[in-house]
Amino acid sequence: MSYPIKRLLVFPLVMLGVAIFVFIAIRLVPGDAITAMLGTESGLLTSAQREALSAYFGLDQNWFVQFWRWLVGVLQGNLGISTTYGKPVITIIWEHFPLTLELAVLSMLIALTIGIPAGIYAAANKDRPSDLIVRFVAMFGQSTPSFVVGLLLVYLLSVGFGVLPEMGTFVPIIEDPLANLAQMILPAITLGTAFAAAVIRMTRSTMLDILQEDYVRTARSKGMPRRRVIWRHALPNALIPVITLSGVEFGYLLGGAVLVEQIFALPGLGRTVLNAILQRDYALVQGSVLFIAFNFMIVNLLVDLAYAALDPRIRFESK
Amino acid sequence: MTALLKDVARHPSGRIGLTIFIVFLIAAVLGKAGLTPYDPLMQDRVARLQGPSNAHWFGTDLFGRDVLSRLMEGIGQSFIISFFSVGVASLLGSVLGLTAAWFSGLWDGAVMRFMDVLLAFPAILLALLIITIFGPGTWTSVLAIAIVYVPIFTRVMRGPALSLRHRDFVDAARTFGTSRSYIMTRHLGLNLVAPLTVQITLALAWALVTEAGLSFLGLGTQPPNASLGLMLSDARNLMEMAPWLLWVPAIALMLAVLSFNLLGDALRDILDPKTRRRLA
Repeated sequence: MSYPIKRLLVFPLVMLGVAIFVFIAIRLVPGDAITAMLGTESGLLTSAQREALSAYFGLDQNWFVQFWRWLVGVLQGNLGISTTYGKPVITIIWEHFPLTLELAVLSMLIALTIGIPAGIYAAANKDRPSDLIVRFVAMFGQSTPSFVVGLLLVYLLSVGFGVLPEMGTFVPIIEDPLANLAQMILPAITLGTAFAAAVIRMTRSTMLDILQEDYVRTARSKGMPRRRVIWRHALPNALIPVITLSGVEFGYLLGGAVLVEQIFALPGLGRTVLNAILQRDYALVQGSVLFIAFNFMIVNLLVDLAYAALDPRIRFESK
Repeated sequence: MTALLKDVARHPSGRIGLTIFIVFLIAAVLGKAGLTPYDPLMQDRVARLQGPSNAHWFGTDLFGRDVLSRLMEGIGQSFIISFFSVGVASLLGSVLGLTAAWFSGLWDGAVMRFMDVLLAFPAILLALLIITIFGPGTWTSVLAIAIVYVPIFTRVMRGPALSLRHRDFVDAARTFGTSRSYIMTRHLGLNLVAPLTVQITLALAWALVTEAGLSFLGLGTQPPNASLGLMLSDARNLMEMAPWLLWVPAIALMLAVLSFNLLGDALRDILDPKTRRRLA
């Protein structure tokens, strides 16, 4: 069986595993959903009202029945109803996911536009001062946690320019692209920093490996100019691992950046799940984690397929 | 071991990484042993929010507590959580990865699919879920971070172990009649030390970041105890008035992570026979 097909067959199995895992994990959190939903007012509930609420959210059944009902619902495209929002989980996900997606795309754009040229430049100038500077900056970028980058950016802006990042109500990009970008640019830079650093390091190291290859030396000895060898022969091959790295990183970002969303007060997917966990909103946690895991696995599958398609030397061994 | 340390000290980034790491380790040990300039919990209402001075090298916080002392205790706390969680994760991951590669078949499938399940979770959310189940605290953080990184160690150990199983020198050892356990420890073990060592250093860097992130969200170390993440979170509302409250933990966290990343780079160069030749 070829590798991608094997991956496709394993896919539903892993999704089921994720579903079971999150279903059990969220129910192990102490406290019950009805109390968490109503806070102190839950004390005013009569036992009949409490039972009615439990029945409404399907919480009166045992775990197996709950899981089965949920699973059947999921397969029909129904992720259940959130106890905190009182809305279908799927609606809540679609409200928060565009922001997360936009943030992931912006961060990746920033990382690639800075990372690839800087990596090539460093490799072409190996061991010269310019290479050392790029490596130094990349190492620092990779070593600074993104929420620290975010805090430092907020500080530098407020002290240096006397401005605070736009933290009002979030404006979706379709309503007002400029206002949206003003809100998104700082978080995107924040997440893009470590991402760019990783891209720089990957581009540089694969570029250096490839510049030692025989075919590069052949091209050079034919009298092909160095610049052309780098762009024509080395770069396309050097980019393959960079694409893999970016894909995996992008997959992670689609899961939401809890800390950065928290710092910039963005209503993304990460914070939604964080709050859902704290509120014991079973359906919302289950639905959104399943959604995040699904995206993550799809992105990884696509990355693998792209990897095979881009490099004719790679053919997945069939076992 | 001493030879490896010498090699690390000779490697340019290894030397820097090792130096920073030793400084932090000393600070961590002193911080946890209570040998800080001031009591990290002692409040001095008169000396609130003072900038760096001779009496308080890194200034004081909102309650007049000495930032240097709190930083030392915080580094100690971060190191304890990181070392223990990476220790648990690497041990558990190695056992799972090695047995998966060796026994293959059903066990391999079961282990690796479960790892796929764990990997499909965003790291910080998985940790958050575990912490909300067991309640925040030092050992819950250790458990949460360990579970997040077990799949990575399992994969790192299984891959090379699988390819090593069918290598000529293992077959050769087998034809000589060498026992299975000797092959596993001597031939496979030694070849797996390299990837494991590199992975441990890198995992330590991530563990530091994850711990700080969890504490920043209020789900790691609990106040009034000090931790880098809590210090950063406290600094948020005071950063314009008292910027040192932000800079001190931010730079400390960055340097600590940097030291592990540098050590990881150095170890990768030293332990990889291919780059080793290039270095010589």
